[in-house]
Amino acid sequence: MPITLNNELLQAIARHSEEAYPSECCGIMLGEDEGEQRRVFALLPQTNQSAADEQYHRFLITPEMMLAADKQARAQQLDVIGFYHSHPEDEARPSNFDREYAWPWYSYIVVRVRDRNYDKMASWRLDDDRSHFDEEDIHII
Amino acid sequence: MAIVTIPTPLRQYAAQQREVNIGGITIDEVLGGLTAQYPELRRHLYNENGSMRNFVNVYLNDEDVRYLKKGNTAVAEGDTISIIPAIAGGSAALPNPPLRSGRENNALLQGVKGQQASDMSLSHDEILRYSRHLLVPEVAMDGQKKLKAASVLLIGAGGLGSPAALYLAAAGVGRIGIVDFDVVDSTNLQRQIIHSSEAIGTSKLASAKARIEGLNPYVKVETYETMLSSENALELFKDYDIIADGTDNFPTRYLVNDACVLLGKPNVYGSIFRFEGQASVFYAKEGPCYRCLYPEPPPPGLVPSCAEGGVLGVLPGTIGLIQATEAIKLILGIGEPLIGRLMLYDALSMRFRELKLRKDPDCPICGEHPTITELIDYQAFCGITTADEGFTEVDISPLELKERLDRGEDLMLLDVREAHEWDIAHLEGATLIPVNDVTERAHELSTADDIVVYCKAGTRSARAVQQLQMLGFRKLHNLRGGINAWAAQVDPTMPSY
Repeated sequence: MPITLNNELLQAIARHSEEAYPSECCGIMLGEDEGEQRRVFALLPQTNQSAADEQYHRFLITPEMMLAADKQARAQQLDVIGFYHSHPEDEARPSNFDREYAWPWYSYIVVRVRDRNYDKMASWRLDDDRSHFDEEDIHII
Repeated sequence: MAIVTIPTPLRQYAAQQREVNIGGITIDEVLGGLTAQYPELRRHLYNENGSMRNFVNVYLNDEDVRYLKKGNTAVAEGDTISIIPAIAGGSAALPNPPLRSGRENNALLQGVKGQQASDMSLSHDEILRYSRHLLVPEVAMDGQKKLKAASVLLIGAGGLGSPAALYLAAAGVGRIGIVDFDVVDSTNLQRQIIHSSEAIGTSKLASAKARIEGLNPYVKVETYETMLSSENALELFKDYDIIADGTDNFPTRYLVNDACVLLGKPNVYGSIFRFEGQASVFYAKEGPCYRCLYPEPPPPGLVPSCAEGGVLGVLPGTIGLIQATEAIKLILGIGEPLIGRLMLYDALSMRFRELKLRKDPDCPICGEHPTITELIDYQAFCGITTADEGFTEVDISPLELKERLDRGEDLMLLDVREAHEWDIAHLEGATLIPVNDVTERAHELSTADDIVVYCKAGTRSARAVQQLQMLGFRKLHNLRGGINAWAAQVDPTMPSY
């Protein structure tokens, strides 16, 4: 099942990952899920809440931020459909640490940043039994 | 009726509904009603033991019920109960292709040292001793003279300072200074290889100096038995070419950084924790400083020190030698220095990774408009109050605790260390709740009890006391010096660690 987003949103994620470097950036994706189709309509970039000296390899979005995001989503008739975060100098796929803390259903876009520049991104979904992530296509429109 | 909002991943188990109306007068009743209606939700909200899963948070209107009365929190008509996932993650240490900084053959100290180095001469004995250096074209006679003319100041003769001092001395660095005020104790010997068992109880400086002089009599060792401070740092640093920071606390790290920036000297930085280490060269003339990377220190107590969290003994060897390597490269003016790069090392996966660091134009000390122009109070900057160090009213000494227990007073003993530390030694009748779980498990404690909180040395217990105070606990005591002080003062049969 692919995830669709327009080029403007993709560029915004890329920019955020470059600005946050060497820390990880993170953000919440709002959109619509209609079973066969999932589309991102808005991004809520978040400030990484993990400890300052951990941010190079950790991100944290607190429940309070999620609560606020959920309210914003409702106001726009949208849902929280996933999250993006960056891996500075690392791969665009979820780490074991990501898997431990991830939820099924959500789309997780992981961005690889190399030498301070956006390199690539990929989107992933955690399997229902939480054993592994499956990559999903990103459709850019 | 209360409104329960369902997060998107769980809607598939709740008939795709965004919100469900459920009756009940407490959180537990409402959530019970919800899972009765949609049984599949249960396994996603609760673990096998029936407790709420980690990273599932329940909010009543805008408040986390953990800070209210948890499951017993009263729910009024029309309240909104939100089930909120906390979201976290991060990268693993994966291998990376080497990155080139484009900085090659940069002779940082060549100009400064060039004249002094050419005035140096090597005796026949020294030529023989450094033979393997003289055979390397990048070092050779000129390089060896530069090393002899150079001076490095090590902050701390501990885990990082030990291997760095030994190799810098062996390499023939002419003058090595060491700042330390500690005494060798047996817990040091697992990693601080410059000290020997015979040195236990004696000053680290005397021990390190004797060892270096035994290794290489051509090195001049200067020792400074003092605590590095804002008052003495500039004076101590000014006569050295390179400063190597081997400390494990934030106030000193910021102090070393700031003093190096103000004096225009390179700071060869290393830090270690358990299986992971970091190294970089902070040299504000050429790149970012420590403040560009970490403008603000973490809240006190959040980052455990090696004394609290432990460290793999060989780890400081690896990181300390990266520091020694960088110092030698800077002196010789060869290779690519670790300026503007943060090297991350993970011993468990045996992988190195590096991050490019950027000089922050708004950096308060090395930026375009610096606001820090002299050394400040680093204890205060890092949020460490002197009260933490001294006696506070919640403190209880080991002897006082012993007396009160002997009198038969009913004291609840709360151990906030980790389970593997409990296995080393613990107080009889104590309850174990690791410090990171204290807030979550506070319901297992009673505010009516007199609670004595202890850890290894008193730092984590002070944090636990603060957390419990915030939750309304008042009858709290912090065992000063922790279980190690108890072992030293009350129970000699108990091991210290």
